Amino acid sequence: MAQHNGLDGKLMTIGEAVERFVPDGCQIAVGGFTITRNPMAAVYEIARRRVKDLHLVAHSNGQALDVLVGAGCVRRLDIAYGGNGRFAPTCIRFRKAVERGELQVEDYTNNMMSLRFLAGALSVPFIPSKSGLGTDVIAREGFPAELRGTEGVPLHKVVVIENPFADGDDEVVLLPALTPDVSIIHAQQVSTDGTVRIRGLSFADLEQCKAASAVIVTCEEIVPESYLRLDPDRNALPPFLVDAVVLAPYGAHPTACPCFYDYDPAHLNHYKAVAKDDESWAAYLDEWVYGVESWDAYLDKVGGAQLARIRANTVAGYAPGLDRRSRR
Amino acid sequence: MSATQTAAGASAAPTYSPREMMAIAAGRFIKDGDVLFAGTGVAMLAATVAKHIHAPHAHIFFESGGIGPLLEELPMAVADPRVMAFSNLNAGLVEAFSYVANRRLHTIAFLGAAQIDKYGNMNSTVIGDYHAPKVRFSGGGGACDAGSLASGYIVFMQHGVQKFVEKLDYLTTPGWLSGGDSRRHAGYRRGGPIAVVTNLCVLKFDETTHEMYLAERYEGVTPEQVQQNTGFALDVSRAALTEPPTAEELRILRDDVDPQRLILG
Repeated sequence: MAQHNGLDGKLMTIGEAVERFVPDGCQIAVGGFTITRNPMAAVYEIARRRVKDLHLVAHSNGQALDVLVGAGCVRRLDIAYGGNGRFAPTCIRFRKAVERGELQVEDYTNNMMSLRFLAGALSVPFIPSKSGLGTDVIAREGFPAELRGTEGVPLHKVVVIENPFADGDDEVVLLPALTPDVSIIHAQQVSTDGTVRIRGLSFADLEQCKAASAVIVTCEEIVPESYLRLDPDRNALPPFLVDAVVLAPYGAHPTACPCFYDYDPAHLNHYKAVAKDDESWAAYLDEWVYGVESWDAYLDKVGGAQLARIRANTVAGYAPGLDRRSRR
Repeated sequence: MSATQTAAGASAAPTYSPREMMAIAAGRFIKDGDVLFAGTGVAMLAATVAKHIHAPHAHIFFESGGIGPLLEELPMAVADPRVMAFSNLNAGLVEAFSYVANRRLHTIAFLGAAQIDKYGNMNSTVIGDYHAPKVRFSGGGGACDAGSLASGYIVFMQHGVQKFVEKLDYLTTPGWLSGGDSRRHAGYRRGGPIAVVTNLCVLKFDETTHEMYLAERYEGVTPEQVQQNTGFALDVSRAALTEPPTAEELRILRDDVDPQRLILG
């Protein structure tokens, strides 16, 4: 692809990116938050390839978490919140996996997880916080003791100390840094030199990418370098942090990609219904993940009319008046 | 409790559901100009109600990073693109928590949970044994952080003995901890629960013991009914009657805030 020469071999298919950067057992951070900007094209590819034993690290993950857990790709999870907002107050396959003892979970908070990524980005080993004092988030460890100090799991979940700079009743919580093997995010635009632009909220995507050993960015559009250089204040990540760029239009579906499309309520409501039951869940995976031969085929299945319904209004950035009770 | 209520002796008084009363009762806690942190669900509805009815100049923000959106449509999650549209600015989690914790701001959080105890501590994590839970919930997200860092928080819960419990299965969000000065001794400089708004009543916390008490009951609800639905002994001696919603409050809630009845049901 001559017009993308500046990407210097970084431009690849999602299959190539997952093959190269997401081996069995790696620690992985995925971008987005609940029902927005989850890198779903990448998630489906990971599931399709039956990657296993992943250690997923996330703040408030929703659809990506649930599909990865439900497809049996995840062994271990650091998390603050596993839910899809009103579509699923608790992610359904996540809930089942924990209740069945199929998943090792370490509970943190959103502030803690974002700070842990920030610490990783800054290459400091830990970072202090005032969140969680006196709670079970501090008192209870989820991972088994024998795992401590192995496979990238820190020696302690947290360590509470007295503020060394002052006297009296001022405990602080030290949080271990996170340095994932790979971070995968879905962005609206990547330029022909690999600069990344995110529209709407960036969540903790930037800290996740800066903390990771490798970064995969799937995107709606690849745009000329000269265009992103016109307004650099709005750019999110520099080219030298990005290892793989994958063009994946609608690559966050059924979650939203602000300014491009809304979440797909029909799909999420359908998901909520079928994920509750093991048999219908297996059928969903067959239909939407394993049995789909390409991203084009996936979008054909969603259907042109539905993609038009969720298309974002170019002013509002979402689809005003979208019927959010509908079901496939 | 019936799904709708009518003000006794006032034939023209509007009917309303407990959830509508909840959203409006909570919205009334908000003063114009306050800085509000909103979680998911009814919490989000109440913040939106406050903005539309009681406090048009309140600033709403979300832990996802959406700061000051207009909220022309109700968000389905704190990361809904609707929290990013026409906002003051769009940021990320680290920035959002710098507003929650900011010492210059009076930030009030709106939260929900699966369980609450008499000191307003909350559980959003598990029912049963932590390592082999009977029920796994989402986890607290930013609720623990808001309970730790904000100036105060207001809780929304359905009233019931399964939810208002003597002992939490897991303490996710710090309230008044074990009451009295315990919150301060734990290392917190401010914050703690202000009120709990349920489908039956509004509960507050004693200024000294920090134990929960019945502050207001909705019309048609008796103190006995509140106690029966609470899993610990409750001081009901200070209860006043809640002002029912006005026709205008209901109109705005139904027509402007949640016309698709996404959260009102």
